[in-house]
Amino acid sequence: MKRVYSLEDVCIGCHLCEVACITEHSRSKDPVRAFLHEENRPIARCTVEERDGGILSFSTNCRHCDEPDCLRACVSGAIQKDEAGVVRMDTEQCIGCWSCVMACPYGAVQRNVKAKKANKCDMCPDREVPACVCACPNRALVFKEGTPK
Amino acid sequence: MNYVIIGNSVAAVGAIRGIRKVDSEGTITVISRERHVAYGRPLISYLLGGAVTEKRMPYLPADFYEKNRVNLLLGREVVSVDSEASQVKLAGGDVIPYGRLLIATGGDPFVPPIEGMAGKERVFTFTTWDDAARIKGMSADIRKVVVVGGGLIGLKAAEGLHQIDKQVTIVELADRILSAAFDLNAGRIVAKKMKANGIDVINGDTAVRIDGEGEEIIGVTLKSGDFIPCDTVIVAIGVRPAASFLKGSGIEVNRGVVVDDTMRTSVPNVYAAGDVAEARDFFYGKKLPMPIWPDAYIQGDIAGISMAGGEIEYQGGLLMNSIELFKIPTISMGITNPDPGDRYEVLTYLDLGASVYRKIVLEEGRLVGAVLLGKVDRAGIFAGLIRQRVEVAPFKDHLLDPEFGFVHLPKEMRTTLFSPEGKAA
Ligand SMILES: Cc1cc2nc3c(=O)[nH]c(=O)nc-3n(C[C@H](O)[C@H](O)[C@H](O)COP(=O)(O)OP(=O)(O)OC[C@H]3O[C@@H](n4cnc5c(N)ncnc54)[C@H](O)[C@@H]3O)c2cc1C
Ligand code: SF4
Ligand code: SF4
Repeated sequence: MKRVYSLEDVCIGCHLCEVACITEHSRSKDPVRAFLHEENRPIARCTVEERDGGILSFSTNCRHCDEPDCLRACVSGAIQKDEAGVVRMDTEQCIGCWSCVMACPYGAVQRNVKAKKANKCDMCPDREVPACVCACPNRALVFKEGTPK
Repeated sequence: MNYVIIGNSVAAVGAIRGIRKVDSEGTITVISRERHVAYGRPLISYLLGGAVTEKRMPYLPADFYEKNRVNLLLGREVVSVDSEASQVKLAGGDVIPYGRLLIATGGDPFVPPIEGMAGKERVFTFTTWDDAARIKGMSADIRKVVVVGGGLIGLKAAEGLHQIDKQVTIVELADRILSAAFDLNAGRIVAKKMKANGIDVINGDTAVRIDGEGEEIIGVTLKSGDFIPCDTVIVAIGVRPAASFLKGSGIEVNRGVVVDDTMRTSVPNVYAAGDVAEARDFFYGKKLPMPIWPDAYIQGDIAGISMAGGEIEYQGGLLMNSIELFKIPTISMGITNPDPGDRYEVLTYLDLGASVYRKIVLEEGRLVGAVLLGKVDRAGIFAGLIRQRVEVAPFKDHLLDPEFGFVHLPKEMRTTLFSPEGKAA
């Protein structure tokens, strides 16, 4: 199964992956409209970590684990693994208890505090290559087959 | 193979999936005394409070039992296990043979003897869908409630009741609420917020008598002598492993059903998982019941795989809790109240005004526990560091930083933990 991996040596901390993620999950799928006009603007499901003023940065994201800790911790059943291996979250079902935030060892679940819903990477079901990967200007994000055990 | 599972909650679900990872042929029978399909038990307070409807209670996609070819017997109670004859007996007399048996019966609410309780109509426990539905059904007659017990279940009951505009007083014997997970600071922050919302929290006291004539309740008398008027009482002192039906089965039961690292009990072909089981804890290998949802799932998964002949070993249970109380998110994990002494190092950050608190517990340079209030994002990274027994001394100073992330780890560690290949199973 293909997953998104990040290469810290080439990441410049531009946060465009986050912008692309928000846009992709917005209603209009248009960045300007999503950021300025949409109510309940989505939150980014990838997180750019930085330190020392950007000397080091990289984008972290969901690993779609074979044995997801988030799924086992979720008390509502909102998190399920689909047939393709993508770990999906049904935000309708989610009650915002943050058990998944507590359990994911990658810190890959985000809290949408306003909506009181957890959000996580869904691999962009409407696209072949996830939006964050397409948006990265210097290919610091790659979409490739991985071999997690 | 003929698998029989007693109980139909998260440990059972983990086991069904575990069995099916290894064995797609065997028959699986699940027996539950409840009449519902598996549901999010922690959701019952949301059901009571109205934040969740009955439609959202089921924990699984509708086709789960069919897809996994599970023969589901609802509303049936197992009254005994005959491990010599390899069969279980149901109330009513039916007998079901098993090849491998899983005990996943969870916990029963513990109700201590309280004077005056007999015959009172509105004394409830709060652990099942039906409990929540019953209280909700009566809610028009409820005005003021005393919740005995300030643990997870008591706090959740209080929150649900508060949401439907009931007056609530919590009585907790310990010096703080959620004493198993919280320390004094965390308990105080949350209790303060609850009081601001009109919920009374009484610490260091407990109920000794329920007052009132016949069915009627007029209040509760506390050990201190104080009297709290109320019309309804919820007893939420805790749960005990639901193992009493195993008497005479030869299966070793201590506080819970004692299991090894493959979830096997002392009797061949019988396994146990979840709140009913007493398995090894992560840090010191002590066997104890660990009544939390994620651990019940993990134990169920291991039991299922082992029952089907697969190989897997329990890493030990790590206590962790995530609970949001009156808009303060709280996450706690591992050892949160270490014994004083030089073995442990404790780092804290406290901003009372903003209800932000971080406490990090280290043992010999390794992370063993954390309490996070207010800012809980990416808390799971800590859980990962604990489980991997990572030496955190090199980046210790960053652990209190709300922006703490992989970026603060030495490169080599970051590479093995975070990228590129992802987490091992
Ligand atoms: C109100 C509330 C809130 C909670 N909140 C959280 C939370 O936020 N986070 C968390 O980690 N945990 C929480 N918990 C704890 C969590 O729900 C349990 O750890 C978990 O449900 C344990 O799962 P289990 O499968 O072991 O057993 P259970 O969920 O207890 O299920 C056992 C099932 O077996 C059935 N059974 C028992 N005996 C028999 C018998 N003899 N024959 C047939 N059937 C039988 C029972 O009726 C029950 O349906 C909460 C619990 C409650 C009550
Ligand atoms: S959210 Fe975390 S635990 Fe869940 S699949 Fe993604 S990386 Fe794994
Ligand atoms: S926050 Fe939502 S998705 Fe996460 S564990 Fe709770 S219910 Fe499940």
